[in-house]
Amino acid sequence: MKDKNLVSITDFTKEEYLRLMELAAEFEANPRQDILSGYVISTLFFEPSTRTRLSFETAINGLRGRVIGFSDSGATSASKGETLHDTIKMVSNYADLIVMRHPLEGSARLASEVSSVPIVNAGDGANQHPTQTLLDMYSILKTQGTLENLKIFMVGDLKYGRTVHSLLQAMSKFNTTFYFISPDELKMPTTYKLYLEKMGLDFHEGKDLTEFLSEADIIYMTRVQQERFTDPIEYERVKNAYILRREMLEGCKESMKVLHPLPRVNEIHTDVDASPHAYYFEQAENGVYVRMAILSAILGIK
Amino acid sequence: MKDKQLSVRAIKEGTVIDHIPASALFKVVSILKLDTLDTMITIGNSLGSNKLGKKGIIKLSKVFFKDDEINKISLVAPCAKLNIIKEYDVVEKRVVDIPDEIIGLVKCVNPKCITNNEKVNTRFEVVNKSDVKLKCHYCEKITDQDNIDIL
Repeated sequence: MKDKNLVSITDFTKEEYLRLMELAAEFEANPRQDILSGYVISTLFFEPSTRTRLSFETAINGLRGRVIGFSDSGATSASKGETLHDTIKMVSNYADLIVMRHPLEGSARLASEVSSVPIVNAGDGANQHPTQTLLDMYSILKTQGTLENLKIFMVGDLKYGRTVHSLLQAMSKFNTTFYFISPDELKMPTTYKLYLEKMGLDFHEGKDLTEFLSEADIIYMTRVQQERFTDPIEYERVKNAYILRREMLEGCKESMKVLHPLPRVNEIHTDVDASPHAYYFEQAENGVYVRMAILSAILGIK
Repeated sequence: MKDKQLSVRAIKEGTVIDHIPASALFKVVSILKLDTLDTMITIGNSLGSNKLGKKGIIKLSKVFFKDDEINKISLVAPCAKLNIIKEYDVVEKRVVDIPDEIIGLVKCVNPKCITNNEKVNTRFEVVNKSDVKLKCHYCEKITDQDNIDIL
């Protein structure tokens, strides 16, 4: 994986995902090592994202690397009209690797073609967020003991949710059975369902959150946003139908875990937090170890 | 000569592009940059045609196209037929093929794609040839037949 760019989750192979899972576990066991000592890594956040940025910066600092960058392009020459192309060319002369988040789709792919150092995509508009997918996978592996043959429920906004699309692309390599639970307005797009059919994978689709829940190994919750509905009355009708409550989890498998990419608004009721099934905060913590793994692998250190 | 009912003249040597849907004719002219050519060109549009309804036809004197040049018109005229003419005779007939990759030429349908916000050449992988679907190399969104906008 040395010098590979991580722009889309599909850039990496199944073997590479598994190798990153192994490395993440090593870092979890030993999160303070000097291996990035002497490296300068830039975090270019053209739009704000506190959680992802802090997670990367913790990963870098924890391994003794140094960070340069910005967390909002408003204060940079981008606001003077400097192109992304020029910004990336310049920063690739300073840093050993670039982590970037940008509001436009395809920005990370362009950056990877312009930069002389590797690019790690921390989110390009509504397109990809591959490090989120990898930490979701690590969370699944840690809690289920395997990535193979699982039943994964995806709930909420399956039409616009980049995290669910990306997770689907990655987990489809592991013989997963998917259950898609969403309002009609926000169903999983046909492209992805056709993709699963081509891979010979079964999936189920439904509107009722409580149906089949006892089958789940993982319940991946996403937020149903009002802005996504063309009909506000329809939104009012469905907005409470996709809230996960503790009582719905009775009868679920003991090993089942509830994941959420965060921030959580009201789609997971706070009464779930104390349940042994709640895993969304540990999931975020796993992000640091997974990012340590990604950076070390791409820099060729591990 | 076979074109008794067509209102355009035959050429001695060159290429005839036939079965262009009338609505696509000027896009074909644009794609092939025919306005920059310094040779005799006859363009006919909205001519009667049994198969396609109205069709357009372009006759280019002394012009021959390489496959990768002419295949670009498949995006707007997938059923176009080429007649290669020498000494007033059709010496070869060809059809156009949609290539596997399109560079430049088409605009990405996504307004939030980097290609619509910075000076970047578009690039697409053709993921479906019968029902034309172009996947943007940058933003990964699909531009389909109805949305093909020639740059």
